[in-house]
Amino acid sequence: MSTSPATTEETGGHGDISVGVTTAGTSGDATASATRITPGNALRPEDIALAVSRGTAKPTEDVAEFALRLGDDALILAQRLGHWISRAPELEEDIALGNIALDQLGHARSFLSYAGGLNGKSEDDLAYFRSEDEFRSVELFEQPNGDFAVTIARQFVVSYYQFELYSRLTHSTDATLAGIAAKAVKEVDYHRDHSAQWVLRLALGTDESRRKMIHGFKVIWPYVDELFADDELTARLAAAGAAVEPSSLRADFDRLTGEVLAEAELEVPQVPAALGGGRRGKHSEHLGYMLAEMQVLARQHPGASW
Amino acid sequence: MATQTLQSVPAELTPEQLEEAARHEAEGQAYFDRVMAEDSRIEPRDWMPAAYRKTLIRQISQHAHSEIIGMQPEANWISRAPSLKRKAILMAKVQDEAGHGLYLYSAAETLGQPRDQMMQDLMDGKAKYSSIFNYPARTWADMGAIGWMVDGAAIANQVPLCRASFGPYGRAMVRVCKEESFHQRQGFEILLELSHGTPEQKQMAQEAVNRWYAPALMMFGPPDDDSPNSKQSMAWNIKRFSNDELRNRFVGMMMEQVKVLDLTLPDKDIRFNEETKKWEHGPLDWDEFHEVLKGRGPCNAQRLERRREAHENGTWVREAAAAYARKQAEKESAA
Repeated sequence: MSTSPATTEETGGHGDISVGVTTAGTSGDATASATRITPGNALRPEDIALAVSRGTAKPTEDVAEFALRLGDDALILAQRLGHWISRAPELEEDIALGNIALDQLGHARSFLSYAGGLNGKSEDDLAYFRSEDEFRSVELFEQPNGDFAVTIARQFVVSYYQFELYSRLTHSTDATLAGIAAKAVKEVDYHRDHSAQWVLRLALGTDESRRKMIHGFKVIWPYVDELFADDELTARLAAAGAAVEPSSLRADFDRLTGEVLAEAELEVPQVPAALGGGRRGKHSEHLGYMLAEMQVLARQHPGASW
Repeated sequence: MATQTLQSVPAELTPEQLEEAARHEAEGQAYFDRVMAEDSRIEPRDWMPAAYRKTLIRQISQHAHSEIIGMQPEANWISRAPSLKRKAILMAKVQDEAGHGLYLYSAAETLGQPRDQMMQDLMDGKAKYSSIFNYPARTWADMGAIGWMVDGAAIANQVPLCRASFGPYGRAMVRVCKEESFHQRQGFEILLELSHGTPEQKQMAQEAVNRWYAPALMMFGPPDDDSPNSKQSMAWNIKRFSNDELRNRFVGMMMEQVKVLDLTLPDKDIRFNEETKKWEHGPLDWDEFHEVLKGRGPCNAQRLERRREAHENGTWVREAAAAYARKQAEKESAA
């Protein structure tokens, strides 16, 4: 592990994957599939943990807090998506949603390993031994799976948001953040494609599926604004070139999601935005139940290794 | 289903046509017999006896169903996995099982049986799957015991199937076995970590091994003198070793590995028979095996209900995908 864990793998030579959705994957590397990255080249959470423990990579206090935010987002979403495995509408979707959950979990492990580097905590210390008000995820990620349309609506918003964010973080002055983002953005691009295709299928499929897709967006949309809220931390990080202000992602998010929604003959739901507060540890009622389940075994055996 | 029309003789044929059909059957049978004698492979378009086709559809679809139902006891622990690394491994493993189900359904489809029909038979309770998945996964250590023992038994069963005479099945098994051996190692590693952990963790591991031992041995099927289909399957080069032969071999492997785990197998009668050079185990409760097979296991109703629920909740999604594909195709042909 060098001091700069940023490894931008070459993804050429995989051939063209026909995405079937003209508006999805218009920027970024649409040919990079989550399953096509050679493990030998990829930046693994273990590499980050090692770099951190050797002191070759160490986040500033601000970067650690930022990594915690992104790690919590991804972890909570992975926990939600994991529930679909063995319950999806088709076997192919058990695999696809499982894959997205695994990608998110991988990103979470990388971000949390890095965040923990500030004061010697492991990814598991952070995932299993923090309480609800110490989690920094925004409320969108903890929203219940609902039916398949709700899950797709949530995934669609998440993927387009994460794609814009990670694309920019590849230029971060923090080499580890840039490295994690470089790997993650390729995977998230594929999540965009998956969710955009389902938005089209459900919105333009049957009357029932269209009704459900519209309902799904209505349920999810109140939590969109919180994704793009700036605060003092993001202002400092943006000034330092380590990250960007979330509000700066909004125009591209609106444009690209708007293209898919237009093709799907859908409109952006006119619903009031929820107040939010996840970045300050103020969560919806859902997170407590999720953490109770996720943490129960680890907390029954504190200090044990698995 | 072109292959099936080759075998059924339609009514009202002329004597010449009847004679032609009979010759075709005789030639097909001769080719099939030669393939069996040479221990070579039958492919989907080749002529094959109706009973061979039926046996394979039954066996491959049961195998696929076992993968799909087998996702459930492990999916039960994804949300509570005690470390993020274990959570990732477990997710990937359960996902692999969905993949195995898919390859196997595809292999069975080459014999003319549609996947929807196989799924329906499973949900209607007409098709069987491995009884082991009707036992509950009560603790985290069960993830270890399932990987080590259940996947271990599956590998012992499936490695010889890589040479099965039906090409698509044998080839699917090659890939499945590679992934299964990965799964078995991860199960072993979970148990190893637990057995060298705290006293509570070690106890959890031992109890899981105790619970899964007998059901795992019974995965090889009834004893040889009570296994009516085995002889024909061996003649067709589908099955290569008898149930008891595979079971004994598996016991021998576990006996070595359990020492490394520093755990014990709950069977005081295991011994190596110097005369036969084979491992032997204590008596198994075959009454329980038959009860579980008939649907009276701890989780039979739960497993099938969960599959039905997923299928029914997904109906509108599958309908939407089909409707969208149809509309797109219409658009393209109009353009």
